[in-house]
Amino acid sequence: MMAVTVYVMARSRNLFGVVILAGIYSFLMATVLVAMDAVDVAMTEASVGAGISTVLFLGALYLCKSEEARPLHKPWLPLALSMTVGGVLVYGTLGLPEFSDPAAPIHTHVVPRYLNDIKREVDVPNVVTAVLASYRGYDTLGETTVVFTAGAGVVALLRRRRKDRRP
Amino acid sequence: MRYDLVLRVAAKLLIPFILLFALYVQFHGDFGPGGGFQAGVILAAAVIFYALIYGLRDARKVVPEPLVESMMAFGVLIYAGVGVAGLVLGGNYLDYFVLDADSVHGQHRGIFWVEVGVATTVSGVMLKIFYMFADRGKVDDE
Repeated sequence: MMAVTVYVMARSRNLFGVVILAGIYSFLMATVLVAMDAVDVAMTEASVGAGISTVLFLGALYLCKSEEARPLHKPWLPLALSMTVGGVLVYGTLGLPEFSDPAAPIHTHVVPRYLNDIKREVDVPNVVTAVLASYRGYDTLGETTVVFTAGAGVVALLRRRRKDRRP
Repeated sequence: MRYDLVLRVAAKLLIPFILLFALYVQFHGDFGPGGGFQAGVILAAAVIFYALIYGLRDARKVVPEPLVESMMAFGVLIYAGVGVAGLVLGGNYLDYFVLDADSVHGQHRGIFWVEVGVATTVSGVMLKIFYMFADRGKVDDE
């Protein structure tokens, strides 16, 4: 279903349809994440990917034409490039351990310490929150700063310069 | 769209629940899925919903632009402030154990404030970006 969505998105020239399909794709992705027991990530995907970015894309669409322009060049070189990169990535995943393999390196490094000591050290039932906010506090601070920087960049680019227009 | 009665009434009914859900996601993040990022986005979504139905000008009255801009910065400041509080109280940066006499309580307190900071920044940035986009198109210049 996701493959069909992506194919239609790539073929379609109507940008409105593409935006809506991207939202559908996000919801499908969120469903997959729920199936993989990553509820926190699924929730983020559903709210950010399907919710906010669809609205922002529609807002951007309002500013431009809703039909995609015909490309000037044949898409073969970019297609070959992305196919190659995709192929390399898929090849990389072949070396990964099986999904939910208890002997995988990720489950033997710090995870046992988190799972065993969390009751004593943090005592928060949702382990994801504890890891995100406490054990990996620096990372989350960095993420928050990234979000702030993105907002500041948009403000710097799009703020109306009224003084320039009316001297 | 702005004077569609059905949409207006439906929005009035739905928005309180969206806000409540955002708060639930925020403060229940310790126990279930959720946390600052998701709550911030849902909070922003509620205001964007309001802006879509009632127009950008009314939304600006409810959530004025200077508030949104200061929210962006204050979230990061709250987060970093928690870290500095840890320093002041004698721990490492972003060390929550020292925030309370009981180290587990300190953790709870630290996570709580950190999540508040994240939610503030995220919703501020989302709203600001939306305002910026909507403003350029002059959605309701009447």
